[in-house]
Amino acid sequence: MSTPTLDKHSAALDAAEVTDAHLITITLRIRRFNPEVSADPEWVDYQLPIDPKERVLDALHKVKWEIDGSLTFRRSCAHGVCGSDAMRINGKNRLACKTLIKDINPDKPITVEAIKGLTVLKDLVVDMDPFFQAYRDVMPFLITKGNEPTRERLQSAADRERFDDTTKCILCAACTSSCPVFWNDGQYFGPAAIVNAHRFIFDSRDEAGEQRLEILNDKDGVWRCRTTFNCTDACPRGIEVTKAIQEVKRALITRRF
Amino acid sequence: MSTDTSPVDAVELTGSSVTYGPDNPAPVIEPPRARTKRTPRATRTNFELYGWLFMRLSGVVLVVLVLGHLLIQLVLDGGVTKVGFAFVAGRWASPFWQGWDLVMLWLAMLHGGNGLRTVINDYAEQANTRFWLKTLLFTAVAFTIVLGSLVIFTFDPNIR
Repeated sequence: MSTPTLDKHSAALDAAEVTDAHLITITLRIRRFNPEVSADPEWVDYQLPIDPKERVLDALHKVKWEIDGSLTFRRSCAHGVCGSDAMRINGKNRLACKTLIKDINPDKPITVEAIKGLTVLKDLVVDMDPFFQAYRDVMPFLITKGNEPTRERLQSAADRERFDDTTKCILCAACTSSCPVFWNDGQYFGPAAIVNAHRFIFDSRDEAGEQRLEILNDKDGVWRCRTTFNCTDACPRGIEVTKAIQEVKRALITRRF
Repeated sequence: MSTDTSPVDAVELTGSSVTYGPDNPAPVIEPPRARTKRTPRATRTNFELYGWLFMRLSGVVLVVLVLGHLLIQLVLDGGVTKVGFAFVAGRWASPFWQGWDLVMLWLAMLHGGNGLRTVINDYAEQANTRFWLKTLLFTAVAFTIVLGSLVIFTFDPNIR
């Protein structure tokens, strides 16, 4: 605010920086849960002044750092790469670090809750184990036969393009926890695991596509997908998740017939 | 704006009288969705694949069969008022309409039954509920198919 400025720096700009004119007051309605205090979660409102160009994560930081230090949530990089801070904001799964306050109607209370379908451990933190179990089950690593080449495994640009979309996944669980089939019993592999299987099934360098298809042919595999497109809507990376699932289904059918 | 930075109706979450420690551990939260020993083993059949494919193919055929059926029964030739014992007897005199109705019966029952099976799988939360709902469904489907096929094959227009 009192940083030395160039002469050209206008007085109006100075004034804007010094005053709080650009701040608005928002209500953050957070679904708090602390198993050591109460067995039931409850909604708690926090009012705070904030620049509408800031993100929901900044608002959460403000609450945690300045109002209530007991608020618990995950975040690591805070820039939409690590996938730690997926949460349900105004009823939609999003990354708190990629959602601007001005984009989600700050006039009304902004609801923030943990992603659905996974056990809430505290406040916005959920147990991600079932999610990562499904991820591990599809063997998300390169499997090849024969001797290792002495140089890189080459691949044409077209072959790389085939699975480009599904390489973008950051494992934030926004898609899987938006899927109504996963909400029921959590046995369905979920969109994220299928996306990461897709990334290797359609990789020309990988040789275990058959095994992964066989895993996803399970009764809790791709056939439980109801194409509700919740996953595609939820993905903060813009992956066409439902399309990837459909491609795996098609691969299974064309393999069979 | 002096009240800006205070929670509106926040409750004290940390000031509980109960303190957990090594002697009084906090209750363990069992993750209800984790895979346990009771989770069924992975299946190695193509049942779901064939089920999925059957729904698509039978659906296409049923569009023709059902719309044709509705057109004949309810629209053409004076509409629904013409439908009576004599009308049904007249149609089932032809093997073509017998076949039409038989295929429609089987496909509709299997298509609808399989659809309900997935609905039960998606919505029943306990293994027990799931089992009994499916038992009821399979019984109803089998009963309807058997009874319908029996009527089509043993229909006697001269019944007294």
